[in-house]
Amino acid sequence: MGIDLALVWAGLLAFAVLAYVVLDGFDLGVGILFPLLRDHGEQDLAMNSVAPVWDGNETWLVLGGGGLFAVFPLAYATIMPALYAPIIAMLMGLIFRGVSFEFRARADRSQFLWDIGFPGGSIVAAFAQGIALGALVQGIAVEDRAYAGGWWDWLTPFSLLTGAALVVGYALLGATWLVMKTEGPLADHARRIARLTGWGTFVLIGLVSLITPFLNPVYLQRWFAWPMGIFSVIVPLLLLGCGWRLHRGLVERRDATPFLASLGVFVLCYIGILISFYPYMVPPSVTLWQAAAPDESLAFLLVGALVLIPIILAYTAYAYWVFRGKVDPEEGYH
Amino acid sequence: MFEAFNAVDLARFQFAFTVSAHIIFPAFSIGLASYLAVLEGLWIYKRDDAWLTVFNYWKKVFAVVFGMGVVSGIVMSYQFGTNWSVFSDKTGPILGPLMGYEVLSAFFLEAGFLGVMLFGLHRVGYRLHFFATLMVAIGTLFSAFWILSVNSWMHTPAGFGINDAGQFVPTDWWAAIFNPSFPYRLVHMVLAAYLTTAFVVGGVGAWHLLRDARDRGARIMFSMAMWMALIVAPLQIVAGDFHGLNTLEHQPAKVAAMEGHYETHDGAPLILFGIPDDSAGEMRYSLEIPKLGSMILTHEWDGTVRGLNSFPADERPGAEIVFWTFRIMVGLGFAMVAVGLWSALARWRGRLFEGRRLQWAAVLMAPAGFLAVLCGWITTEVGRQPWTVYGLLRTSDSASSMDASAVGISLIVFIVVYFAVFGMGTYYCLRLMAQSPDAGLEEDPWPTRTAGIVPGPAYGRDYYRPGGGNPGGGDDGGQS
Ligand code: HDD
Ligand code: HEM
Ligand code: HEM
Repeated sequence: MGIDLALVWAGLLAFAVLAYVVLDGFDLGVGILFPLLRDHGEQDLAMNSVAPVWDGNETWLVLGGGGLFAVFPLAYATIMPALYAPIIAMLMGLIFRGVSFEFRARADRSQFLWDIGFPGGSIVAAFAQGIALGALVQGIAVEDRAYAGGWWDWLTPFSLLTGAALVVGYALLGATWLVMKTEGPLADHARRIARLTGWGTFVLIGLVSLITPFLNPVYLQRWFAWPMGIFSVIVPLLLLGCGWRLHRGLVERRDATPFLASLGVFVLCYIGILISFYPYMVPPSVTLWQAAAPDESLAFLLVGALVLIPIILAYTAYAYWVFRGKVDPEEGYH
Repeated sequence: MFEAFNAVDLARFQFAFTVSAHIIFPAFSIGLASYLAVLEGLWIYKRDDAWLTVFNYWKKVFAVVFGMGVVSGIVMSYQFGTNWSVFSDKTGPILGPLMGYEVLSAFFLEAGFLGVMLFGLHRVGYRLHFFATLMVAIGTLFSAFWILSVNSWMHTPAGFGINDAGQFVPTDWWAAIFNPSFPYRLVHMVLAAYLTTAFVVGGVGAWHLLRDARDRGARIMFSMAMWMALIVAPLQIVAGDFHGLNTLEHQPAKVAAMEGHYETHDGAPLILFGIPDDSAGEMRYSLEIPKLGSMILTHEWDGTVRGLNSFPADERPGAEIVFWTFRIMVGLGFAMVAVGLWSALARWRGRLFEGRRLQWAAVLMAPAGFLAVLCGWITTEVGRQPWTVYGLLRTSDSASSMDASAVGISLIVFIVVYFAVFGMGTYYCLRLMAQSPDAGLEEDPWPTRTAGIVPGPAYGRDYYRPGGGNPGGGDDGGQS
């Protein structure tokens, strides 16, 4: 076989997870900021700006999880038990935030429940995802094709730090999304929040990057040895560039720039994580080739993925296009 | 805290609880999505805005139900890994790609067009909007296709080999997807979803007719639903019969449990009722019709029907649950046919919208579909025990090696959250359905909601072209 199917799939899944993080990132971010918005009017507007697209965004998470089951079943079967509590917490968070869109529009006296459930669910989901990421970076013990640790192993200061970083990072995405999608006082408010969360994000990224290399000698060696070491210079420089664009975009009131710059921040961090991980699927012991399903499975799903993913991207883009521009305060819920 | 239980039993209960909660929503949303597509198609074809009114009415319910279906479904897709990791590792190479196709071909399609369908009518015009509605409906059907293929493979595995790591690996995808029980299960479940929806719609229509027999929207709903009951309910009985024969071929122990046969008979009776007792291995107080059981199952009066006691004790399901769930499902199926026939009679006499007793019957039967679906699934799944992959992988060997307390605590969390959240959701749905469908024609049912969502302006685009302009019915931006 000429093509390394496992590697192709690792790339595709990496793409799906990235798509999830940036897309659901901004709508979870809007949820995280929800209590900071001034009144029901602002909150409605913020919610309406993501209501038509959140479901599509979340589907990338289903592709990430389902894809892992399909292509790297061993990774799926070891990561899920290892991250049991954060995964359950994330699912609970996603339940509350997902139903809030429709429930909040249909409730009258009970509306306050979903005014709490929407941000509460978003914060829990984001924090749990960050913890899961941190726990993966720390590594997961695998023996005999099964998870070999306890069910609290994920809980460390480092994973709490990555949890906090993701909450603040998503809030940045949410704030810059609102800058792009709204006008007037709400947009101004979002600009102030974006500035704060921007600083927060950079400080937390700095902390996480300082600690990561010392968690595992492999990371240290990866980051400070030739030829990968070159990235440890380039990635931070690019990150600073994004930070600058973010700042200028907010100052010059170019409303799409801050959002794009924040996306850039996420993409760069993600690349950094991929560099540390490769070639492990479940650090520190299971490589992507060990975790992969047989080639027949990989090839079968790949055919469909190559045909369907471009189509999905096309109609997703169309859906965003239909709802382009600033949200119209005159336009209510459906 | 959970010493009294073992982790596998807790995981089984957790799976059964979450998937039962989940299936309630797809059973309704598969049918409702198709119904919405039909309504919008009729609106465009007939140029009569009454259809749009009914469309908008059910669209709001659909949005709430769909939301609950999505969040409960996401839980399912992670549950395989958290609680059933050995199962995941072993079946992943076959079931994973099938579920992968479900995500790629169904979930994205639904989610991608859902936004346009719910919020986009005045932005894209009615033609593209109709296209979006169709895509959502087709997405739900694709979803049923793939997930039922997955589930059927676990009942009647085919097209696989087993590798050194003990994993099931594909040898023939076609055989694996179209495994022997899949066509039956797919037809039976899709019909079940359509019936479930028909009876909800019919019940709501009847409820409003009881208050005002001239309510135009209610008449449309009731009439359409009764046509569905008349046509689809008998089809479902036929489909169920074929499904049962297929099960007899592949899982005879399950059929023995459903029928309540402990002993093997030539010329077996049909047991109508009785109290199955698994530990004694016998049926108590049974009420039976001689030889009819053999006739139904083997189409011969003296055909042989194997009883449960002829299977090794650790390879057969218990009869205590499935005997009852099967009877409830079948009973509801016949009740649905009866309502269909009754409505046909009333229609023929020209009294479809006046017969109050028929309408009360329809109101009572509104939840029947959900109950039948749940009973059907419990029959299927409990009847598969003690296997997850029939004959090959035991349930007790499928679970993750989690602490019982982890599974137990998460189970409690699921139960509390599901009852609270889905309970509220059901309440909102009922409130939406308590609104008269005609109200939409006159005024905004939620005029000054505290939400502060302002009614939108009437849009000048051609979105309410088909009926020649009816602002009340043509709403998409303004009303609640
Ligand atoms: C993709 C696979 C799949 C699908 C579509 C379903 N199930 Fe299932 N079911 C399983 C895969 C499975 C399983 C993983 O194989 C379980 C877990 C434990 C077990 O014994 O089988 C199971 C168990 C299980 C049990 C417990 C049986 C027992 O332990 O005695 C019940 C009551 C149900 N299921 C009910 C349902 C319902 C209501 C479904 C409708 C959606 C459903 N199942 C679909
Ligand atoms: C136990 C197995 C099941 C799993 C793992 C599962 C998984 C999922 C997931 C992840 C979603 C959300 C998708 C999204 O984000 O849009 C979903 C929704 C859905 N599922 Fe399931 N599902 C299961 C059983 C079933 C069955 C048996 C059916 C029907 C025959 C079904 C039909 C649907 C449909 C139509 C939806 C769309 C959302 C909705 O209807 O509300 N599922 N499922
Ligand atoms: C009266 C006639 C009916 C008969 C003879 C019948 C027969 C069956 C049988 C034999 C099974 C088990 C198949 C297996 O596990 O191998 C089954 C399952 C099921 N039934 Fe029915 N059924 C009837 C009516 C209904 C109705 C009215 C509904 C719902 C509206 C329904 C919904 C289901 C569902 C959801 C399942 C589980 C999925 C499946 O295995 O197909 N059934 N039915």
